[in-house]
Amino acid sequence: MKLDAHIPSGPLEQKWTNYVEHVKLLSPANKRKHTVIIVGTGLAGASAAATMAELGYNVKSFCYQDSARRAHSIAAQGGINATKNYQNDGDSVWRLFYDTIKGGDFRGREANTYRLAELSSNIIDQCVAQGVPFAREYSGYLRNRSFGGALVSRTFYARGATGQQLLLGAYSALSRQVAAGKIELHPRTDMQDLVVVDGKARGIIVRNMLTGELEAYAADAVILATGGYVNVYYLSTNAMGSNATAAWRAYRRGAGFANPCYMQIHPTCIPHTGDYQSKLTLMSESLRNDGRIWVPRKKHDTRDPNSIPESERYYYLEEKYPAYGNMVPRDVASRNAKYMCDEGYGVGPTGRGVYLDLRDAIKRLGKDVIVERYGNLFDMYERITGENAYETPMRIYPAPHYSMGGLWVDYELMSTIPGLFVLGEANFSDHGANRLGASALMQGLADGYFIIPNTIGQYLAGIKSGDVTTDADEFKEAEDAVQKRLDKIMAVKGTKTVDTFHRELGKIMWDKVGMSRNEAGLKDAIKQIQELRAEFWDNVRVPGDQHNINQELEKAGRVADFLELGELIARDALARDESAGGHFREEHQTEGGEALRDDEHFQHVAVWEFTGEDSEPVRHIEPLEFERVTPTQRSYK
Amino acid sequence: MKLTLHIWRQKSPDDKGGFKTYHVDNLNRDMSFLEMLDVLNQQLIEKGEEPVAFENDCREGICGMCGMMINGLAHGGMKGSTTCQLPLRYFKDGAELTIEPWRSKAFPVLKDLIVDRSAFDRIIQAGGYISVNTGNAPDANSTLISRDTAELAMDYAECIGCGACVAACPNGAAMLFMSAKIAHFSLLPQGQVEADRRVKSMVQQMQQEAFGACTNYAECEVACPKEISISAIARMNHDYLKAFWPGKVVGGGKHVA
Repeated sequence: MKLDAHIPSGPLEQKWTNYVEHVKLLSPANKRKHTVIIVGTGLAGASAAATMAELGYNVKSFCYQDSARRAHSIAAQGGINATKNYQNDGDSVWRLFYDTIKGGDFRGREANTYRLAELSSNIIDQCVAQGVPFAREYSGYLRNRSFGGALVSRTFYARGATGQQLLLGAYSALSRQVAAGKIELHPRTDMQDLVVVDGKARGIIVRNMLTGELEAYAADAVILATGGYVNVYYLSTNAMGSNATAAWRAYRRGAGFANPCYMQIHPTCIPHTGDYQSKLTLMSESLRNDGRIWVPRKKHDTRDPNSIPESERYYYLEEKYPAYGNMVPRDVASRNAKYMCDEGYGVGPTGRGVYLDLRDAIKRLGKDVIVERYGNLFDMYERITGENAYETPMRIYPAPHYSMGGLWVDYELMSTIPGLFVLGEANFSDHGANRLGASALMQGLADGYFIIPNTIGQYLAGIKSGDVTTDADEFKEAEDAVQKRLDKIMAVKGTKTVDTFHRELGKIMWDKVGMSRNEAGLKDAIKQIQELRAEFWDNVRVPGDQHNINQELEKAGRVADFLELGELIARDALARDESAGGHFREEHQTEGGEALRDDEHFQHVAVWEFTGEDSEPVRHIEPLEFERVTPTQRSYK
Repeated sequence: MKLTLHIWRQKSPDDKGGFKTYHVDNLNRDMSFLEMLDVLNQQLIEKGEEPVAFENDCREGICGMCGMMINGLAHGGMKGSTTCQLPLRYFKDGAELTIEPWRSKAFPVLKDLIVDRSAFDRIIQAGGYISVNTGNAPDANSTLISRDTAELAMDYAECIGCGACVAACPNGAAMLFMSAKIAHFSLLPQGQVEADRRVKSMVQQMQQEAFGACTNYAECEVACPKEISISAIARMNHDYLKAFWPGKVVGGGKHVA
């Protein structure tokens, strides 16, 4: 597997400008001849589809939801970062770049991350032009707030529904191109395989979720914007349908999978309460702006939190990290919460929770201000827990939220399969080993609005359009393989439901490949996942038939892929014998319990190559070279 | 706690469909309504029956995918809540619940509780956007928008496109959905430029779909999980009339007498 990141030459600040100035262009007449498939209609997929259609390409857009407006980007609450420096607090492209690369524990690619920071301001301009109703000051100017891992206020937001508003902006731009006849929309389709012809990505096989029919689509390039894979943990903040199948099928067709072990466990979620639970709900990190995190100083203290006097409250983040306090990056906040609960300081019925308290902010600013800032979050909390958080502090605990790893891409966002591009959370590129808050929306939209429309031309200029159709043998072969797999799932007729397998996989992953990992546990996990996978193919029960809406069959295909991906995550975590960002190996920590990197041996991207059903995957590396920053031990003290 | 459920079962769009009764017990009052249906479905699969098909995704009230009539009320009737956000503690132990799909001519049933809401997408495609290509935008602070205006626009923009408004309306009208989008855009200076064109085109599309007309029942406002006000409909009607007002400048600068 050849890993050339194709990073343009020149100084960091000039790379993207130079690239755009010299990239190959296609004439409008030639753009019209090219067809591009885009899978996924989240921020990255919808923005890419709209922008490429505006440029004149023919776009075929696919999503599993009933409408392109529903992808899980919609659930992002807190905000989107941009280097406008409207607050005059010293922000700059360099600072956002540096915060992001440091936040990622120096495991991201310098050039990609810089470009992300550089494009961030354009995103805000574009979204405002589309009518996104961002929060404003009385003067009519845009407002900002702070987010974890930063000392400046650079986050733009629309109440607690920033992701929704940005996604609806992209969806409206996409809808406009549907009306213009430039986008052919295929909702309720589930991508089942990637079709590679002569070494190039040339199409996909999808299952029509209404009829069960398999359908083949050919194009000159394929873009995956299919999101992340934290549903491998069963319980996560992702949507029920979020899945890794598109990315995983591409991996099996030869695309390298990078850094699968970098998982983000988000610190501020509503704690788990019972076995029936189907998902975990996030409370926006923005609450940490005004909330203070604490546990009782006494272990196993079951007193009502309001009766615990100030002197007996342990504001552990503020004490341990005086510079950043409650605003430390997510991985640090999560690990500390886990540590407190492991030590017996946890609160709530299960002992797996810490307090997030807005009492002092309510006193300082008045309840009205807090209602205005976070009202919808308080309502959501009350609906789920039955508790009024204006009167008693919220209880929170970390939950799987985002996968920094994903399909490997170069600077042009192309995977190791020529013609296969990967955007947004589905790729691995910009966040290193830990993503900062309000950066996922930024990356999805940077990839879709501004990067791919430029970089794809470089590839398409060298492709003869339309010379591959679905008549090619490779399409038939892929479709047969998909059909065989579906038949195989239906034929098991076992005794255990798909959800039971998913829950069991989730437990292995959470216990052994979760917030902290060690060699013995990871080896165990690999063995257990292999056994569970074997049992799945022997004993899963999928009712109904294939030629109809069959939600159990949809889930079964996804869980079968998670059962393979879970093993790869554990393998990657085992091979990365260091701690970095969200990947914490108990064997490697500082005296203060922080993640301890090993730059000498692991300053690289790990990229896994599929070598066949019965052989082990091969680990390749892309060394990370830092021209402008010097990796240091991260400090938020 | 335990519940008795009368659930609409329908194999396919052509199937006549009918209610089936199920009893579920050992439920936890902190469960969400959809988690209760998960429990039922697991039991049905284990018994060798087909589970109840229903749509859902984010399970936090924002994607707009879920929705069903519970005892005749869209999303179950809890104020400001989608079906996925509805906790079981909202119901009495031992309650009897009738669960149906959205009932509207414009939303044909596909299977059990799943309906086809693609008419909403077609209304948006008819004009629910600001026609700006990527790359055109000036600096975000170059257009000032008063805070009150931005907040009001956001009130309307919060629509999740779930279809509860249509399901709750005795006429099956899509006015709240459509007007929320129109009001959001027409409040903003960016959206004003093509406001006339937008409202005409979206209304025209709505009329081509199988939605009914608005006769001011205001059931939509009560059912809306985002509590969007019917003032949106008034704004839309205002825009619609304005778009046809004599003296308007139309294409080519020609004045209509």
